[in-house]
Amino acid sequence: MKPRTRRFVWIGAGLVAVAAAATLILSAFRSNLVFFFTPSQVYAHEAPQSRPFRIGGLVLGGSLERVPGTLTVRFKVTDTAATVPVTYTGLLPDLFKEGKGVVAQGAMGADGTFHATQVLAKHDENYMPPEAKAAIDAAHAHSGAMSMPSLHEARAQ
Amino acid sequence: MIVNWFRYASPVSFYPLAGRLARGFGALAAVFAAIGLWIGLVAAPTDATQGDAYRIIFIHVPAAWMAMIVYVAMALWSAVALGLNARLSAMMAQALAPTGALMAALALWSGAFWGRPTWGTYWAWDARMTSTLILLFLYLGVIALRQAIDDPRRADRACAVLALVGVVNVPIIYFSVQWWNTLHQGSSISLTAAPKMAMLMLAGLLVMTAAAWCYCIAASLTRVRAIIVERERGSGWVASLIDIGTSP
Repeated sequence: MKPRTRRFVWIGAGLVAVAAAATLILSAFRSNLVFFFTPSQVYAHEAPQSRPFRIGGLVLGGSLERVPGTLTVRFKVTDTAATVPVTYTGLLPDLFKEGKGVVAQGAMGADGTFHATQVLAKHDENYMPPEAKAAIDAAHAHSGAMSMPSLHEARAQ
Repeated sequence: MIVNWFRYASPVSFYPLAGRLARGFGALAAVFAAIGLWIGLVAAPTDATQGDAYRIIFIHVPAAWMAMIVYVAMALWSAVALGLNARLSAMMAQALAPTGALMAALALWSGAFWGRPTWGTYWAWDARMTSTLILLFLYLGVIALRQAIDDPRRADRACAVLALVGVVNVPIIYFSVQWWNTLHQGSSISLTAAPKMAMLMLAGLLVMTAAAWCYCIAASLTRVRAIIVERERGSGWVASLIDIGTSP
């Protein structure tokens, strides 16, 4: 084997070793790498019990209630299979909307309600102009799908 | 016509070629950026959910892509430099690092200003963002390691090893949004599925990506010329270059 070829073989072997190490480390820390747990995981007791964690899913349509005179809001986070009630006091991000993605940080209370200390909106990878969105929403409404009342638009007006 | 590519492995013949290419790609970058910014900021429609804040995509996504692509390019040149003991390849790897660091910083910085209005936070320790931060630190590490070693040939080898080890981070960044739950959204554009964005938005994004490619090529070639002159200053051809006072 030429010295040149031998060096390339060593480089290749080194890369394979590093990649294998990275794979093992990442799979070992798998549960620490997730940013949030879904409601189903929470009910399956996969989420941490004693320390704060993040819960993620969609805000259930029609579930948002505001406690009058305070900044406290109550809503339900769903992954369509399971639903967790959440309570939060503070300002909601602009993109927070019923039917849209949300990530809330906090802890489960004894009453089965998730007490959030921070609420983040999670937007999706779809980008479209408002006209296209209106057309899609109209098509959904026509086909009898549940139409979500929009807080965000109501506030913007 | 047969081109003898190995001719360009020598700094003497690569130096003028790099100058011509840098000027060409620099001009292309300016043209693409002007068209891309016009499409992105003027012609493209507003996004239905995010409003005008989404327009950060035209800087953020090309910068994030280039941060990963430049790293892969740096790792490839490093592998060639180690395997063939080629000094020009090591110089190319050295020239790519600051451009890659700039792109990674730009992606993180623009992402923070995107995150505040859309998610409600500048920063979250999710897998996509954390791995991109590691990418920036890898670039800074390669730059710092070079500064720490006086002998350029030893610095070449050390930086090449670090660059090659760090390359495992690139697929982690790319697939992080698929492997784990992240706050960052999934890919809007992939080779396997139809793009999930309006046509004009996609056009602006692609033109800005072309601009970012051209800028990175032009900037690294300009930098490699400076590195060649600096590291080959003992040789006759560089001395004659300075005597004449013109650049070919």
